[in-house]
Amino acid sequence: MNGWLLPAISLWQREITGFFRDRSRVIGGMVPPIIFWVFIGTGFSGTYRAGMGEGISYLHYFFPGILTLIFLFTAVFSAMSIIEDRREGFMQSVLVAPVPRFAIVAGKVMGGATLAIIQGIPFIIIGLAAGIRPEIGSLLKIVAILFGASFSLAGIGFTLAWRLNSSQGFHAVMNMFLIPMWLLSGALFPLEGLPGWLDVLVALNPLTYTIAALQQVLFEPGLLGDLPSPTLCAVVSVIFSAATFMLAVVSARKGES
Amino acid sequence: MIAVKTENLRHTYPAGRKTGPVEVLKGIDLEVETGCVFGFLGPNGSGKTTLFKILSTLLPLSNGDVSILGTDLKSEQYKVRKKIGVVFQSPSLDRKLTVRENLKHHGHLYGIRGGELQSRIEEMLVKFNLVEKGNVLAENLSGGQKRRVEIAKGLMHRPELLIMDEPSTGLDLGARRSLWNVITSLKDEGVTILLTTHLMMEAELCDRLAIIDQGRVVSTGSPDEMKKTIGGDIITIQTPDPDKFIEIYHEKFGDTPLLVNGRVRIEKERGHEFVPQIVESFPGMVTGVSYGKPTLEDVFISATGRAFVSETEEAE
Repeated sequence: MNGWLLPAISLWQREITGFFRDRSRVIGGMVPPIIFWVFIGTGFSGTYRAGMGEGISYLHYFFPGILTLIFLFTAVFSAMSIIEDRREGFMQSVLVAPVPRFAIVAGKVMGGATLAIIQGIPFIIIGLAAGIRPEIGSLLKIVAILFGASFSLAGIGFTLAWRLNSSQGFHAVMNMFLIPMWLLSGALFPLEGLPGWLDVLVALNPLTYTIAALQQVLFEPGLLGDLPSPTLCAVVSVIFSAATFMLAVVSARKGES
Repeated sequence: MIAVKTENLRHTYPAGRKTGPVEVLKGIDLEVETGCVFGFLGPNGSGKTTLFKILSTLLPLSNGDVSILGTDLKSEQYKVRKKIGVVFQSPSLDRKLTVRENLKHHGHLYGIRGGELQSRIEEMLVKFNLVEKGNVLAENLSGGQKRRVEIAKGLMHRPELLIMDEPSTGLDLGARRSLWNVITSLKDEGVTILLTTHLMMEAELCDRLAIIDQGRVVSTGSPDEMKKTIGGDIITIQTPDPDKFIEIYHEKFGDTPLLVNGRVRIEKERGHEFVPQIVESFPGMVTGVSYGKPTLEDVFISATGRAFVSETEEAE
């Protein structure tokens, strides 16, 4: 326990404590996606029908997308603090402590994933109130899917934050890769009838499988046409999580003897 | 016993987009004995912070040999980390955590937990006069209190060597004094303290010093030993035309004084007797004279030929 688990748990706990003491972060992570959801969802509801089955409004369709967006923001931005923290902050003393680097990554990434779930749960409740009613048993599935997604997104965030030395750079990369990833995941529009080159990108995009998994849990089967099977989604999520975690550990070990 | 030994320690920062590679440490050979307060004194950009980063394991050792408390830094970094405590210049406290929580998480990093952790936290709070501040968020502490928590953190795992980067930077005079009381009492308990500083006042308080300039150690010894190496007293002359002054001085007295920050600097035994002679020898050229015993600043000037703080820096 003293080798890596204790430091990892301690770092994880620190993320959670710090988060709840920072009220602006709690509100800042929650409110914008809800506004997005209500405005875009309601706005498109009247006109947007293509590729969607009967009995599913755009507002509902957009729900898993927004849920993923909350997770994406929370998980990725939880890692951003590393940039400052490493130069002048708590992370300095972590780096000179006898702690293996992967324990630091584990604490941080688990922290980011946990925060994402904490942020996501109120939104799931709002969704229930708005008429999206999955079975009780599938709520656990939703949390599991989102945990997988946020674990890997936090891993990406960690790698980015470790390699970049400014938060401006971090935002730039975020806008260049992560937002397009989200746009091409089926979050905003169904992925049918796209040109071939986009189809390739969509298939390579790990978030596609997150959205597909969520849609299959939330909506009746067959409503949204052909989606990747739940097994495929799970496999992609596990591989993606493992890969991003390993990438984060490799980045953190760089420069270590 | 030797706490820190470096042999031909070099470090080069890789080339950037616009700059070539920069060699900041050009072969540092040092020995720090256990049980003393050892200072690295150097101006900004001398390389002392890089040296601190390497010794504290923040930067990997690329060139040369370093052993810390008998352990080789290159091959056994992990073991070195267990033995040393590090106090950074920039804050390393989590502002959103209380003093106790900061110490708790830090203890966890070193594998300390449970009752042992609790008792060490309380011990540190008592020792650093922070008992009443235990449950205060770090962001609400004063500068001096923060620094004390930083040191308490660095000592949680009872290291034999404490490495501190510019410990009194940003502290007022009172906080500085109480910081040095802490440092002295730690030394009495047998902790070896290694610190970097650019403050002469702080350097005076160290048992031993290494003066670092442009990546090299230019002088080592106790502050008194160092000052004794300078022959005589220091006379500083203010004059509107220093170059001319130096030229004439050279003709009259043989040696060539240094020009430091626009003033002429003369080292002379029995300097007080020499002062009137100078003023008389240079009628109308001397606008000010100061005279004094050598300071560490003079040691630096003698070793490097330059002022410790440049004129432009002084103006800031």
